[in-house]
Amino acid sequence: MKILVAVKRVIDYNVQIRVKEDNTGVVTDNVKMSTNPPDDNAIEEAVKIKEAGKATEVVAVSIGEEKAQETVRKALAVGADRGILVKTDGIIEPLAVSKLLQKIVEKEKPDLVFMGKQAIDDDCNQTGQMLSALLNWPQATFASKIEIKDGKLEVTREIDEGLETIEINVPAIVTCDLRLNEPRYASLPNIMKAKKKPIEQLNASDLGVDITPRIEQVKVEEPPKRKAGIKVSSVAELVQKLKNEAKVI
Amino acid sequence: MSVLLVAEHNNKELKPFTLNASTAASQIDSDVHAVIIGHNCDEAAKALSELPLIKKVIQVEAPHYENFVAENFAPVIVKLAENYSHIISSANTFGKNLMPRIAAALDTSQISDIIKVIAPDTFLRPIYAGNAFATVKSKDAKKCVTIRPTSFDPCESLGGSAPIEKADPVEEFAKTKFIKREEVKSDRPELGTARVVVSGGRGMQSGDNFKLITSLADKLNAAIGASRAAVDAGYISNDHQVGQTGKVVVPDLYIAVGISGAIQHLAGMKESKVIVAINKDGEAPIFSVADYGLEADLFEAVPQFLEELNKLNTIQK
Repeated sequence: MKILVAVKRVIDYNVQIRVKEDNTGVVTDNVKMSTNPPDDNAIEEAVKIKEAGKATEVVAVSIGEEKAQETVRKALAVGADRGILVKTDGIIEPLAVSKLLQKIVEKEKPDLVFMGKQAIDDDCNQTGQMLSALLNWPQATFASKIEIKDGKLEVTREIDEGLETIEINVPAIVTCDLRLNEPRYASLPNIMKAKKKPIEQLNASDLGVDITPRIEQVKVEEPPKRKAGIKVSSVAELVQKLKNEAKVI
Repeated sequence: MSVLLVAEHNNKELKPFTLNASTAASQIDSDVHAVIIGHNCDEAAKALSELPLIKKVIQVEAPHYENFVAENFAPVIVKLAENYSHIISSANTFGKNLMPRIAAALDTSQISDIIKVIAPDTFLRPIYAGNAFATVKSKDAKKCVTIRPTSFDPCESLGGSAPIEKADPVEEFAKTKFIKREEVKSDRPELGTARVVVSGGRGMQSGDNFKLITSLADKLNAAIGASRAAVDAGYISNDHQVGQTGKVVVPDLYIAVGISGAIQHLAGMKESKVIVAINKDGEAPIFSVADYGLEADLFEAVPQFLEELNKLNTIQK
């Protein structure tokens, strides 16, 4: 079985983002970038499946600017066998990403495609489902447990009401929740080894997909600030304020 | 053209967020139709027809719609979509799972999780876990939009009498099989819709100490929340997690106990109307969003809090 894992380069989750003064977006220059957190879970799961002898190859793919190569390289350092970078410039929407991934899937013919359930920059939560629709494959979103059984996947999904279990035929798309596993850190020897693993570079334009944005980003602003609160000196004062001032208890 | 709302239900009743999504849909266009897809879902369809905002209900029935599998739902909505300018659903796990499948089939760039309708083609949505707000304008002819339920008030649930039309089901998608759903049952209000939420963080130090949170929540008829740190430490199960990777809550009162206020937690609760923080570290970031901050040892403060509440004649429920 071959697993394709899509990874996205985003602003590191520990960075307090800043909105650009001209309201065209957020500041990304000189800001620490990392792999989108649930994409790390996707890579980890694919590598674990390979280590368990149930997959033969793990291919990491990223779509983005030249520097997204670092994100692919990190996936290689934790166990992916080879990488693909599809180079694009500027904003690329999930619909365009899923069309590019569809082309990669047609070329690579993986049995499974894994990715994070959501990217922490645009918070869209769309790409996996869209790719699944374009390929007419089953989808298992928000996966917190994956079991391979007789060529099928039994997936536990995190839903608002609790947990849902579904069984899907392969080939399939799985989008991963942070609870799926604990991503490993890359060891120094593996980081060195990853430098020798191949990364194929393609241009989005070579894939014959129209990636022109369909959504105009009119402006990006700071959210309204909460007005400064007060410190209370005792529990009695707190309860009195909640009762008589805020009137919430 | 009219707006099509995708109703969320359990075949018997409407899910509460359908009412919030109806409000959002009506802000785009007053001619809101709603589609309900299910199995033996007449009761829920009737409830939907009673929402005064809904002008027409389209009911689609088949056994393979019993468990809301997106692969089965999407083609039904895609088939209906030609008559509509917008397809709307909630941005909860139901809508998140379903809408992108519809959008991709319609070759539309979806707009996720809006918090405001600015114009029929222009919406406000949070990005970076609410650390920035983006105003976005769709250039697609047909728009697929999911709405953040807590940003729109629920609509009236009674008084309407929309006609219910039946539409034909689409063939089953055989490659996905529903197996089971394990719903977390609780006498407490649901975290996503509770008026009061009491949350504990790593400062609780153990799962056992979460009893303090439970007692406070009992007293205030509150839902119980937790930070990711508390969940990761195994103090409480993950369905209680509030934050970027958990649930986004907007209660009237949010009480954060022993929570430092990591960016990812703040993203899930900072729109709450009144925020209380109890933490012994006066520099904790949670105090920057708290309306009322109490710098104190929670193991002393929470029992005192319970005592003070006991002194009150009445507590709002």
